[in-house]
Amino acid sequence: MAKKKSSPDWEYASAPETTAVNIAKRYDHFINGKWITPSNKKYFATTSPSTGRKLSEVAEGSKKDVDTAVKAARAAYNGVWGKMSGRERGKYIYRIARLIQERAREFAIIETMDGGKPIRESRDIDIPLAANHFFYNAGWADKLEYAFPNMPAKSLGVAGQVIPWNFPFLMAAWKIAPALATGNTVVLKPAETTPLTALKLAEVIADAGLPDGVVNIVTGAGETGAAIVNHPDVDKVAFTGSTGVGKLIQESVAGADKKVTLELGGKAANIILEDAPIDQAVEGVVNGIYFNQGHVCCAGSRLFVQENIYDEVMWKLKQRMDTLVIGDPLDKNTDVGAINSKEQLRTIKRYIKEGVKGGADIYQPECDLPTKGNWCPPTVFTNVAQSSIIAKEEIFGPVLAVQTFRTVSEVIEKANNTPYGLSAGVWCDKGSRLFQVTGALDAGVVWGNTFNKFDPTSPFGGFKESGYGREGGLHGLGAYLDLPL
Amino acid sequence: MKTGNRACVTGDDFRNSPPVDHVGIVERAERFTTRSIKSITKRAGLNMVLNMIDLTTLEGADTPNKVRQLCYKAEHLHDSILGLPSTAAVCVFPPFVKTAREALGDNSLVKIASVATYFPSGHTTLKSKLEETRRAVSDGADEIDMVISRGRFLSGDYNYVFDEIAAVKEACGDARLKVILETGELATLDNVRRASDIAIHAGGDFIKTSTGKIASAATIPITLVMLLAIRDHYAKTGKMVGMKPAGGISKSKLALHYLVMVKETLGEQWLTNEWFRFGASSLANDVLMQVAKLESGHYQAAHYFSKD
Repeated sequence: MAKKKSSPDWEYASAPETTAVNIAKRYDHFINGKWITPSNKKYFATTSPSTGRKLSEVAEGSKKDVDTAVKAARAAYNGVWGKMSGRERGKYIYRIARLIQERAREFAIIETMDGGKPIRESRDIDIPLAANHFFYNAGWADKLEYAFPNMPAKSLGVAGQVIPWNFPFLMAAWKIAPALATGNTVVLKPAETTPLTALKLAEVIADAGLPDGVVNIVTGAGETGAAIVNHPDVDKVAFTGSTGVGKLIQESVAGADKKVTLELGGKAANIILEDAPIDQAVEGVVNGIYFNQGHVCCAGSRLFVQENIYDEVMWKLKQRMDTLVIGDPLDKNTDVGAINSKEQLRTIKRYIKEGVKGGADIYQPECDLPTKGNWCPPTVFTNVAQSSIIAKEEIFGPVLAVQTFRTVSEVIEKANNTPYGLSAGVWCDKGSRLFQVTGALDAGVVWGNTFNKFDPTSPFGGFKESGYGREGGLHGLGAYLDLPL
Repeated sequence: MKTGNRACVTGDDFRNSPPVDHVGIVERAERFTTRSIKSITKRAGLNMVLNMIDLTTLEGADTPNKVRQLCYKAEHLHDSILGLPSTAAVCVFPPFVKTAREALGDNSLVKIASVATYFPSGHTTLKSKLEETRRAVSDGADEIDMVISRGRFLSGDYNYVFDEIAAVKEACGDARLKVILETGELATLDNVRRASDIAIHAGGDFIKTSTGKIASAATIPITLVMLLAIRDHYAKTGKMVGMKPAGGISKSKLALHYLVMVKETLGEQWLTNEWFRFGASSLANDVLMQVAKLESGHYQAAHYFSKD
């Protein structure tokens, strides 16, 4: 809003986090407590999306590698982990949680180098939350009979877990912690663009003295993931990723005796009603869509504003966007980091082009983007139609589509008019109306006067094509047990 | 020439001040504190902080000599470091305004601010408040820091509070008026917002958080609510209003976080002592210690800096 300048610019000097961390030149699979070279001897590079620089190379998992890992997990399940008392399991999981806390800074830096998200987020959100998931689930390990009264808390066996690139370390924790607490063993595959922190977690698991084979980490791309999902000796499949891949998994497990949870895409509605605290709502909109460059399945990518406050919301939103710092993710002042991969950047750019072509008005704050790496400025589209592609499809980038509405019933109908149903947000100062609207939204998580809040005690998951099953909380534990429900 | 903000009839109903979500404000406030201020930004920021300080002494035990010393310090913060600014103002009780004017003369860069309206409680008649204000101005005060009638405000008598501020503003003449909300007594952020709106519409040139005389003083969330009121007023009318957090800000790092908040909420045009002040007594020495450290590379002991 600075129209006249009477004072000199007071810009933030760069405040980079140091990168003195240990990243090996090459990583093998972590199977049966040891680092195992891939059977096909193939490796692939993992690069930093903010500089394009190669950070390391990791093993390409073949069917044979996956089979070795599943066999190790089965042996560990039958031999030790499946028989161990909950109290003993809990001790190991607590130990993992503490070791993560001790090395939190290192993991945050590597997460940011490998994935492109701002260090502020990996330091303040991803890594502490990951440790909390281990702490939370460790506490349940010896209390499962109280978590599910009058039901035998029987573990499933070997869990095959495939996780995405947007929250690499957090998703690994999110998947591994409940599996271990309930007595299952694990074969996990991190995403091909962000494998490093999962491999660092393997170091923690080794340091925690977890029995060999309880957690196995195999790296690779889609085919490696498919090999895990399709392996006949995997009892439980947990997948977080795109709806497209989720549907393939659904097909491939048909007829197999596998428990499945799928956490897929979203196109969340963020709704601002006329009496909302507007500045805080705008802050929530920014956190809802520009958090982690919009690479968030529950991102608030559709904004609905009541028409009589539209002008105020938009100028406040644009002003807030102008203060976002975009650039080097390792700088402690960066708010929006690098797009995770070239491929994803192409996808986002394609959608932005579609939006412009479709006649919507685009706004992007003026910012100097670095010349190397993958970058997209925070983007907002106004004058968007409910039927336009940018309002319908998941973009998975920092792109917000804004629509207005007049009545509450109108916005509920529009918000629910989507194949997705992962999350939603409502901003309103009046308690009764807040509950009226939140109750009418078809979404697994609905936030009131906040957005993108996560907690290990709270179940998370979707409706419709956003998947099924819940992770986190008691629901998340139940997904790893054979409960007579 | 009459300067600054004027009372205006806007048709605003202060019962309808916009709502404030406490959780959201606190979260946003925390984001400012994660900004990392380094090297040249830090040095420039520290200089700005010094230049925005209302160097304050408001004690029953104040003496003319203490006020003279304070005035000297305001103009000579630490002469062994070259290029330091003066503070924005000295802030004293009304009986010491004359002393301060004699000490500073008529051409000082340092303004004289005087608390008035029976600071800190405000418990007296409007007549007495206006008399005190006029006397302070005629004794040479450039700025008046008034307190609002919190009792009237909390009982919902918003018109009374508005009229009282407008009357004091009139009594100020050309002196700029800072309106102290004493946010520590207002209980909710909704009340802070409402009181800010009243003070701005009634003609306050600055809104100020606290007297510094009760335990709960300026905080980042409370200041943010007040800055947002200023910003909304500016967006509506194009008129700038100043902000002065007071009390509880004694460390450089915290002061820099306030500057970050002003920059990201109002824009850089507010980053001058015409529009932003710190009401503080011990902050200056902590900033001086940081500046000396930046200059020399090591910290000096506290006894190298004058205690006033």
